[in-house]
Amino acid sequence: MAEPSTAAPPAAWTYDPRPRRPDWGLYAPTLKLASMGHPIRQAPLPAEAVIPLGHARGSARPLVSPGDHVLTGQPVGSDAAAAVHASITGTVVAVEPRPVPGQAAMPCVVLRRTDPEHFWPDLAAADPARLAPEEIAAHIAAGGIVGLGGALFPTAVKLQPGRAIRALVINGAECEPWISCDEMLLRERAASVIRGTRIMMRALGTQRAVIAVEADMPEARVALADRLQAEADDHIGIAVVTAKYPAGGERQLIELLTGEQVPSGGLPRDIGYVCQNAGTAAAVADLFDTGRPLISRIVTVTGGAISAPGNFEARIGTPLADLVAAAGGYSVTAQRLLMGGPMMGIALADASLPVTRATNCLVAAAAGELAPPQPELPCIRCGECVQVCPARLLPNELLGALVRGDAAALAELGLADCIECGSCDYVCPSAIALTPRFAAARAAATSGTGR
Amino acid sequence: MTQPAAPAPHWHGAGSVPAMMRQVLYALLPAAAAHVFFYGPGLLVNALVATLAALATEALALRWRGQPQRLFLSDGSAVVTAVLLAFCLPPLTPWWVTVTGAVFAVGVAKHLYGGLGLNIFNPAMAGFALLLLCFPAELTAWPPPRIGDLDYRTLSIGQTLFYVFSGRLLDGLVLDAVTRATPLELAKTGLAQMHTMSEIRSNPVFGDFGGAGWEWVGNFVTLGGGWLLYRGIIRWQIPAATLAGILLPALLFWLADPETHPSPLFQLWTGGTLLAAFFIATDPVSSPVTSRGQVIYGLGCGLLTFVIRAWGSFPDGVAFAVLLMNAAVPVIDRYTRPHIYGR
Repeated sequence: MAEPSTAAPPAAWTYDPRPRRPDWGLYAPTLKLASMGHPIRQAPLPAEAVIPLGHARGSARPLVSPGDHVLTGQPVGSDAAAAVHASITGTVVAVEPRPVPGQAAMPCVVLRRTDPEHFWPDLAAADPARLAPEEIAAHIAAGGIVGLGGALFPTAVKLQPGRAIRALVINGAECEPWISCDEMLLRERAASVIRGTRIMMRALGTQRAVIAVEADMPEARVALADRLQAEADDHIGIAVVTAKYPAGGERQLIELLTGEQVPSGGLPRDIGYVCQNAGTAAAVADLFDTGRPLISRIVTVTGGAISAPGNFEARIGTPLADLVAAAGGYSVTAQRLLMGGPMMGIALADASLPVTRATNCLVAAAAGELAPPQPELPCIRCGECVQVCPARLLPNELLGALVRGDAAALAELGLADCIECGSCDYVCPSAIALTPRFAAARAAATSGTGR
Repeated sequence: MTQPAAPAPHWHGAGSVPAMMRQVLYALLPAAAAHVFFYGPGLLVNALVATLAALATEALALRWRGQPQRLFLSDGSAVVTAVLLAFCLPPLTPWWVTVTGAVFAVGVAKHLYGGLGLNIFNPAMAGFALLLLCFPAELTAWPPPRIGDLDYRTLSIGQTLFYVFSGRLLDGLVLDAVTRATPLELAKTGLAQMHTMSEIRSNPVFGDFGGAGWEWVGNFVTLGGGWLLYRGIIRWQIPAATLAGILLPALLFWLADPETHPSPLFQLWTGGTLLAAFFIATDPVSSPVTSRGQVIYGLGCGLLTFVIRAWGSFPDGVAFAVLLMNAAVPVIDRYTRPHIYGR
């Protein structure tokens, strides 16, 4: 891997209102307005919380046993990269694998709520200015913070010192249709996002950060710009990207902002950048301001079957059905339930599953909103998939290589570089299920080589 | 309550192959109307004959190949092939010529190569090229356009049908009395006989720039092409490159000597230039998938059309140009692969 460049990031980062428009990607209906009519609301505390112990790099070791009584914010899982905390005050009723969105069984701590709520007494604010960079990262790991964009990657791991970091990129370019949790967060809590950004800049030892928003979120951009101007902070810039899917993909966003590409198979860190989600930055700020670990997150509850769509701050482990109820219940029969958006979200069998740290959105789609799958026709080589692919792959040729079982061609055509964004499926006039095939082949290749 | 879990993505854009094919047919309607106005109802008869033959061939081929008939017969591709073939044929084409072209287009050029999506050559052009080679005489029966003071003789739908199915004309007419050489033929033979373009263009079948009447058909073809561009059915690269590929060399030669070379605008408004640029070279199956590849392919289609018109033995070169470039598509695709992100 090449040594990261230490050149300064682009100079125009202070405030650049010109949208950066990718020549890939697609314009799909954004459908965000429905859930943006209300401020972020607090979801009621659940009667029972199912708190997953896993994150992208493993799973926390449970610290509690059935029968224990825990307080809100008390550690219930220990892990060097991302601890897990009780999201409510209550009694541990089980420590066992439970189904969570996208996974049939994940180790979970199940709590039954007892009132009144008490907070764990050890929670205390911390002053990042008095902490060394490694101490900030350790504090974030102990605070249980993971990437809230949905990848569940432990934030502290991304903040490990080691390589020179030219700039921190805060990803507020929420490009999936329907999801508005980051945009509402930026509108309402721009100050938190900026404070969290500064804390992470200190952990990384970088003087520069840029917060990226999409061109269709002017309120969020103005809220950030006002705040940065009021604080006279010219180390943090704002960048606008065209509201084109998937401009908010980590690799895609870094290329749009810097003109540089993250090496195939590498990390943004390899070229001197670190990317964190805007919600993650706000969670970091909360942790240092109040001592509150990651026990809640903002979830968009939307879709044509929801009576009153909106954004809710929900405790981790809250059943999704509670959020549906908080949003006024179903107005019509929900045909499909998704965690996340329609492009990359996970289909759910029912709403009994819990909110995890990755749950950015619950879509309850009414009949006709998500078209039923069409019969596949052969590829007609129209090249639409080639036009939209953000990884600049040839999905039509990848499909041919998959059908032939040609592993060498798959490697040459860049199957490993597919980000599974679903854009090729969306535009395919032959309704070919490309991404599911690519995802399966990628999973098979990964398990085959033991990566 | 909900449908079973399916992998992402969970929705799909509005595009579909049948919808694309429908839009192509809609986009041909203005040009078809102009064609009928200027050249009589022959186009409609040819299109009907070709469509029936194409669908019958498609149905048989699907049955033999064990493919689902309903799915593929309703995809619209055989109809588009048939209608584009009909657009290339003279209004007075014997039915067996049209049927031969349509059967070859669908049966050989499409299904022998694997059916929808797998054909290397544009089926309509493969069918048309076969007819050009086998039945050159039958493919010259163009009536003069109904415009200006040409001695145009309106052939009714009844007379047209009678000719198409019997090979004879009613009311004691003979074919030579109702047909005229096309502007491209006149230019080719005239220049070969050392006439100047000014002399050749004095023939009344010439219009302002290209062929009288045919200019208007071309304008309506362009209108339909604009519709396809607006709807995102085709992209600008192939039409623009095809037109550039024929106009640029034509301009160079015409500037060098306007009396021995037809003008660029003549090239544009005669024969199949505009139809090829918007409707034939843009066939997705037989053209490259990348933007750069589409530009190269379009330039090749235009340039080869010019070369065949200028120095070949056929008056128009569109069909052969497209077929030659079809054969080059795998190579073009191979050398215009985009640079993969991060590699």
